Amino acid sequence: MTAGGITAEPPVAAAPPPSGEPGRLGRYLTSAIFLAPALFMLGVWMVYPAVYTIIRSFFGETGFLGHWVGIDNYKTLFTTSTLTTAIKNNAIWVAVVPAFVTALGLIFAVLTERVRWAVAFKTVVFLPMAISAFATGVTWRIMDQQDPGLGAINALGKTISGVFSPAGVLSTASPSTSVLQSSGGALVLKTPTHPGGIALLGLTGIAPDQVPKSSAQAVTPPPKPGDIEGVVWRDFKPGGGKVGVVEKGELGLPGVTVELRNAAGKTVKTTKSKPDGSFDFSNVPAGTYHAAIGAQTFAKPFGGFAWLGPSLIVPSLLIAYIWIWAGFAMVVIGAGLASMPRDVLEAARTDGATEWQTFRRVTVPLLAPVLSVVFITMIINVLKVFDIVFALAPESEYARANVIALAMYLTAFQGGENFGVGSAIAVFLFLLVIPVLALNIRRFRRES
Amino acid sequence: MAAAAPAMELPAPRESVALKIVRAVARGPLHLVLIAIGGLWLVPTIGLFITSILPASALASKGWWQVFSHPSVATWSNYDALFHNAGLIQALKTTAYIAVGNTLVVVILGAMAGYAFAWLDFPGRDWIFVGVIGLLVVPLQMALIPMFKLYDATHLFDTWEGIALFHVAFGLPFAIFLLRNFFVGLPKDILESARIDGASEIVIFLRLILPLGLPAIASLAIFQFLWTWNDLLVALTFGQNTTPITVWIAGQLREFGTSIDIIAPASFISLVVPLCVFFAFQRYFVQGLLAGSVK
Repeated sequence: MTAGGITAEPPVAAAPPPSGEPGRLGRYLTSAIFLAPALFMLGVWMVYPAVYTIIRSFFGETGFLGHWVGIDNYKTLFTTSTLTTAIKNNAIWVAVVPAFVTALGLIFAVLTERVRWAVAFKTVVFLPMAISAFATGVTWRIMDQQDPGLGAINALGKTISGVFSPAGVLSTASPSTSVLQSSGGALVLKTPTHPGGIALLGLTGIAPDQVPKSSAQAVTPPPKPGDIEGVVWRDFKPGGGKVGVVEKGELGLPGVTVELRNAAGKTVKTTKSKPDGSFDFSNVPAGTYHAAIGAQTFAKPFGGFAWLGPSLIVPSLLIAYIWIWAGFAMVVIGAGLASMPRDVLEAARTDGATEWQTFRRVTVPLLAPVLSVVFITMIINVLKVFDIVFALAPESEYARANVIALAMYLTAFQGGENFGVGSAIAVFLFLLVIPVLALNIRRFRRES
Repeated sequence: MAAAAPAMELPAPRESVALKIVRAVARGPLHLVLIAIGGLWLVPTIGLFITSILPASALASKGWWQVFSHPSVATWSNYDALFHNAGLIQALKTTAYIAVGNTLVVVILGAMAGYAFAWLDFPGRDWIFVGVIGLLVVPLQMALIPMFKLYDATHLFDTWEGIALFHVAFGLPFAIFLLRNFFVGLPKDILESARIDGASEIVIFLRLILPLGLPAIASLAIFQFLWTWNDLLVALTFGQNTTPITVWIAGQLREFGTSIDIIAPASFISLVVPLCVFFAFQRYFVQGLLAGSVK
């Protein structure tokens, strides 16, 4: 635009230049030629659209302008739940990501400062910066799968939880007859047992590879006066077999915790079954009892967290995003660290400061300008975040994972087709970055 | 700069072997922590690669890490199928056109404007430059709706040129900012003497500025190339049938579970090129990053 104005100037400088140097018009013309293409692009693709979008945000859904609606689009932005969720989520992003990224960058930069293989470490951590946020989204989607057999993070979780709360020996088993009933996780034999009696605890639904290795042919123990005996067994053999009867080819289930409960339902004795599945409660006082299989036998294995489900989707997105950007912070802060005056650090150490004091009182204050650049850059990036949410969040969770940029796209384009509200969201995003814009301009003016 | 520092130090007293061992042991935990962190940053990408070489049948029941106990299930057949997939080949070509084309134009226009702002004299120069800096942080969402309409009217919609031009415009503020700042720092007397010798500005630009500015231009080019190769949003908005690889993969995402034998290798293909560029020109990439940390 400026260029156009200059070239249109009247031919004043057609007069010969006074001292042989190129005339003023000639100089301006040269400047115009150098600038015109770039300014044309900026004018058509940035300035015109920005002005149009601001105006468009006060008009209705469709058409070049549509009808005037005043600030209704902005009202919609702050009252529609999917859009307010986007704003709230973006606030979480701003509160969490810049701080974490800057802190991790600082820690990594300081830790690697005096390590010989620092370059290898830095390359690895910086790598995600070269990869598209979209491909990273796909990568984390593979990592975050819920089934611990498929998702690496939950597989790790399963390994760890297996140490602290192991899965039961028969986590999938169910009773073979209706007299064995579930109660509070345990299976209780409803038929009462008395001393000298036999309790048959048949189970099914146990895959062959889940049957404990020490298992042997199930045996019904002979009754013994004063004792309550019984057997826990896999009430199934190839071909089916008869339900509720111990038959040849059916295996005993060893290591199962069997409880003896009195008439009030209180557990009075516990024991474990033998390889043939038999168990024995000796010297039981007269009375009515129920045999039961303890709840821990059926403890389910760790099923995995739903990282991409409704409650964890936002944290999962934050983790993936921090994973991408930590390398950026590390490299920028590392460069700041490398250009720091060594003598100040040496002086602090000579004066007897510990490593921590030197870090806290000298390194961090000297790095403050670099840290703030990283922090501000991350605020801007986070406000505009789009790709990773689009790729990592399943479409069914878009409403919960929503951020401003995604809301804008979904409102204006994919399905939404509402250019009025879409423009209002864009303007809102623009307003959020204006403080940084002002900061940039002030910094430039101070420098020049 | 970094090389000058050690030269200033006095020769260090020689350390005994025992002292070295003591120090290495004391710092063992640090190395372990760093190895663990490095693993955290490496594993997801390795996981993507291994997933990409497993057949769909294996992926339905097994995690990718189990390939280490069953290496025989690994296969290149996913890649084989993809390289016979016309859609993917077309998407890769489109990605290359967009990334290379827009990078060339940004470098040329950015260098011209950067030179004008750095070394030419014209009224309002600083004001216009402040305006360019102001455009640095404008979110591209501000342009999506108007350009969607304009592209529709001018038949630029769904063409790689349209997508590339959009990237040019939004890359220019950073390009001008980066190159102007680099050009300003070039030695003034070389330029002055060239002018006195009667060289035209165009000759000075081509013969002096471009060669001297090569490091900054390289940084810019790598930045712009990676940024646009990896783009999703712009292509998603302005492409429909003419789409780069990110959008092509995005089209498969809905069927994540069943299409993973396509999604994983295609994602890996999409990141091989940026990765190579990154490793080949890492130094310039980092320089560009440091020069323009606020975009």
